[in-house]
Amino acid sequence: MMKASHNFRKASAAAVADEVLGAAVEKTATLLFSGRASAAARYPGFEELRDWGRSRKMEVSGDLWRFARRFADRLEAAGGVAHYARDAREAVEIVEGIARRLGAVSAVKSKSMTAEEVSLNEALLKAGVAVTETDLGEFIIQLAGEKPSHIVAPAIHKNREQVADLFHKALGSPPGLDVGGLVQVARKTLRERFLAADIGITGANFAVSETGSIAIVTNEGNGRLTTALPPVQIALVGIDKIIPKLYDLTGILTLLTRSATGQVVSSYVTVITGPRREGEEEGPRELHVVLLDNGRSSLAAGQFREMLHCLHCGACLNSCPVYRAVGGHAYESVYPGPMGDVLSPLLWGLDAYADLPDACTLCGRCAEVCPMRIPLPEFHRRLRVLRTDLKGKKAAWKALVPAILAGHPMLYRAGLKGMRRLLSSGPGLSGLLKAGPAKAWSLCREAPRPGEGPDFRSWWEQRQKGPKGDTDEQG
Amino acid sequence: MKISLLLTCTADLLYPASARASVEVLEKLGVEVKFPRLQTCCGQPWLNTGNLEGARRLALHTLEVFEDAQTVVAISSSCADTVRNHYAELFPDSPALRDRFEALGQRTYEFCQFLHLVVGIKKMPRHPDPARTTYHSSCRTLRGIGLRGVAEEYLAQMFVEDFVPLPEQETCCGFGGSFSVKLPEVSGRLLADKLKNITTTGATRVASLDLSCLTHLSTGARRLGLAGIRFLHLAELMAGALK
Repeated sequence: MMKASHNFRKASAAAVADEVLGAAVEKTATLLFSGRASAAARYPGFEELRDWGRSRKMEVSGDLWRFARRFADRLEAAGGVAHYARDAREAVEIVEGIARRLGAVSAVKSKSMTAEEVSLNEALLKAGVAVTETDLGEFIIQLAGEKPSHIVAPAIHKNREQVADLFHKALGSPPGLDVGGLVQVARKTLRERFLAADIGITGANFAVSETGSIAIVTNEGNGRLTTALPPVQIALVGIDKIIPKLYDLTGILTLLTRSATGQVVSSYVTVITGPRREGEEEGPRELHVVLLDNGRSSLAAGQFREMLHCLHCGACLNSCPVYRAVGGHAYESVYPGPMGDVLSPLLWGLDAYADLPDACTLCGRCAEVCPMRIPLPEFHRRLRVLRTDLKGKKAAWKALVPAILAGHPMLYRAGLKGMRRLLSSGPGLSGLLKAGPAKAWSLCREAPRPGEGPDFRSWWEQRQKGPKGDTDEQG
Repeated sequence: MKISLLLTCTADLLYPASARASVEVLEKLGVEVKFPRLQTCCGQPWLNTGNLEGARRLALHTLEVFEDAQTVVAISSSCADTVRNHYAELFPDSPALRDRFEALGQRTYEFCQFLHLVVGIKKMPRHPDPARTTYHSSCRTLRGIGLRGVAEEYLAQMFVEDFVPLPEQETCCGFGGSFSVKLPEVSGRLLADKLKNITTTGATRVASLDLSCLTHLSTGARRLGLAGIRFLHLAELMAGALK
């Protein structure tokens, strides 16, 4: 997870050059984006629902620990076991500990970005537990030995041909299968794993404080099998996933599914309150919920508090021109796109992800679609400010000096005159274009050329001296 | 009605014709234009690169220059957005300054927004020199100052069937200020996509209300050898129609 020095320019340049990747991401992101647009338009009062959802999340982020404690109490009252993990290492240790006690050798897992965040699969593999991803996208990624590149559609960067080829090589399926055929292959493979698994591992889309319930949203039914068949379930849940009441689920689910995929509701919504009870025939005998902090609680008191409201719906990714051009892997974080640009530096350090606040044109589209109205462009700006503060006095001065000059009318005008002359002259310019930002500019653009005719100020002054002879009273 | 023109440093440096046309249009429609000569840059580059001290300096200078103005009209959306929506938050610790900046923001408009909202211009005459024209609706016009459909309406009146909407018009052109030089490969991809959409319209004129986008698009088009397309501020087309 941690990156010593993530170089987004290098990674994004490589991604932009990959045409297959670009086409695959663009295709699915467009589908999800337009799905969201029509789903939002078809729901009367969707904008008010966004305000309401935000206010419910504000309540939680304003008193995070109280809601978390109550969730843990209610979960235990329902027969579950609540764990608290301060960081990724603690989370992994808790899960490993449970697996060791059970003597578990296999686990099935429904999609969980939180598990990706703590690298749970790698740790369990080392502990001798074979983990099978059961979400189709995650299953593909796992077979390919890759990482998810989208928080909702993990295999968004792959097209059907690539998946058919992968299944052929890894699972021995006939070559060139269509989507239906591929699904059947995955289904058959997975069914055996579901039945044999010692543990079912899930994330949760929501943790309901009032009842100690967790809610899982899926479209493939794999979440339900993961939570119903294995004798033990472990849910790894970020503390930001807490909502106050069970009733809140209706509205917030609507926001989530409409924003994520444009669905009125996902194919499956699984709400689990405690393990199997006396007399019940299904469900796990043990239910563990690991509440993961991993830096989240530190956000609650600061200027980025609203990041705790993120539903991980992926709408910001689908709307982002940068994400759509480069896909998820270039971000080198489990969380790509606008929400990731902000979360990655906040959770793992601005020094580790110093480039990500720049992975944004400030176009504002993400804020337009975020169901929780998180001001993502503004958060990119604020991270740039924090980064400036980290760089120290010398860098701050280097940026300030041009502002001092630009704020001085005489110097500003002289500076513009010089630049205008430079931009109007071919030879002076070609030297300039070989270095620094000018070189980057000239990668795909010519140097700007000042428009013809007199500059505006000269024209204005000439005009003021015109027939009437009076001059502008200001200046 | 009197306005003070916020020229913007982009127009000052690169777009004298857009600025001249803006003045001509405003005067033609009965607006008295003043030009406070001490104005410089609004400070947006510092605001967007996280150099708040620099942004504050230029915000204060702009306040000093324009505080007496009845109404301020900026001829580029992103600069109007900066004054309208971002100045006040630069001074969280000074309620008095914040109030002054908020007041300035409330009487600052982008050129087309001003014509539509304040002057109440509903109709533009036919343009005497018809040519297929499309419109780049810049992110800051749409999502910064919240102006949707107004420029398109004027263009449709001036050019009728020669006005062709741009496909994927709400998508960013990839400029993003420092973004264009920090991530030039991604920026270049977005630029290429935008230019491709422009060429599919068959337009020989692209109008916009944001001069930064126009710079990005025109210099990118020149690199690709798209010689037949002119990139113009909406005011230049309006000036032609109102002549």
